[in-house]
Amino acid sequence: MAEQNNLKEFTKGIFQYNPLFVLVLGICPSLAVTTSVKNGLAMGGAATFVLVCSNFIISIVRSFIPREIRIPCFIVVIAAFVTMVELLMRAYLPPELNASLGIFIPLIVVNCIIMYRAESFAYKNKPFASVLDGAGLGLGWTLSLCLVSSIREIAGSGTLFGLKVSESYQPASVMIMAPGAFIVLGLLLGFFNWRKLRKSEKSMKAVMKND
Amino acid sequence: MIKEIALIIVSVVFVNNFVLAKFLGLCPFLGVSQKTSSAIGMGAAVTFVMTLSSAITWIVYNFVLLPGDANIIAKIFPSIRELGLIEVLKTISYILVIATLVQLVEMMLRKMVPALYESLGIYLPLITTNCAVLGVALLNTTDSPKHLGFLQATVQGFGAGIGFMVAMLLMSGIRERLALVNIPPSLRGVPIAFICTGLMALAFLGFSGMVQ
Repeated sequence: MAEQNNLKEFTKGIFQYNPLFVLVLGICPSLAVTTSVKNGLAMGGAATFVLVCSNFIISIVRSFIPREIRIPCFIVVIAAFVTMVELLMRAYLPPELNASLGIFIPLIVVNCIIMYRAESFAYKNKPFASVLDGAGLGLGWTLSLCLVSSIREIAGSGTLFGLKVSESYQPASVMIMAPGAFIVLGLLLGFFNWRKLRKSEKSMKAVMKND
Repeated sequence: MIKEIALIIVSVVFVNNFVLAKFLGLCPFLGVSQKTSSAIGMGAAVTFVMTLSSAITWIVYNFVLLPGDANIIAKIFPSIRELGLIEVLKTISYILVIATLVQLVEMMLRKMVPALYESLGIYLPLITTNCAVLGVALLNTTDSPKHLGFLQATVQGFGAGIGFMVAMLLMSGIRERLALVNIPPSLRGVPIAFICTGLMALAFLGFSGMVQ
């Protein structure tokens, strides 16, 4: 029973509460860094690290944090981990990757997903469950970043992970600029909405048949 | 001097618009752009916070974080003169400055314009976590291609706020019309807002290359 619950804490972040497509949180970095799959993966990894660590620390110290000043406390914990991840990335990742992520690494500190999980999950639950929750949502976000960035990279520069997709394809560079990002995300959100609507319509029909 | 300031303002309002070209501050942009009146109010609040926070973070950056003789903390702890605090304290000090300012704006608005305070709702305290505010602070100081002066940094913060307000105003005008149109059910709400933003960004792309 307990194992099943743990599994659920982990997987709910990928589908049921997918941060980008269901909750529509963390939009700014999702659009800015998804020009190539590599950038998307690096951003997702950094945010997942911060999410897991801050969830863990906050759920450990949750009984010492007074309700009134919880938000400043969360911000300080998150900012500490963001500083850590920024220094780590500068030390171990190629400089051009860091340059293309730019200010969006320090901006993880104001990423709504991390604040939202700190407030609505880690502040109320045990450390182990909070770590699983953070890992699940982080993974869900990383996967959705990969989806958006692979569409944009294929359409915008004709490559995937830097490899050419097709010789004859003429890339439409508007897709890796700002307008492409908005339109791709808009259409993807529309697609997921359409699937949800179709599913609920089907279940409505099934209920009506049973009656 | 005036020419330089005008160039900075044109650059951040049109060419490098924070919302449409740099993807900063999208949450309040989508959340509060339903009505024109609240879009103006939110834009004004963000502009105020951005201008002040640009000024204060510039002072913090130059006199507390950067290594060198101007560092105030180095006068007490001489070892800091060499290294500065820029690597470790950048994010935390900026976010604390912004959080304090937002609290100040919230108290002022609640006292002086209660109607606006009500209509902004949850988005007012959320200016703290608006990436545009922290973004302009970072772009003015650590991530700026060249060292900006105090006046330039403040003007850039003000201009970024105005650019945010312009984008919100345009968007709220579009969304007020969209409310009356028959849209396919799966695109209603956020998806169509994104697609409209994309088209606006396409239009703003026309300004690119005007100012370096």
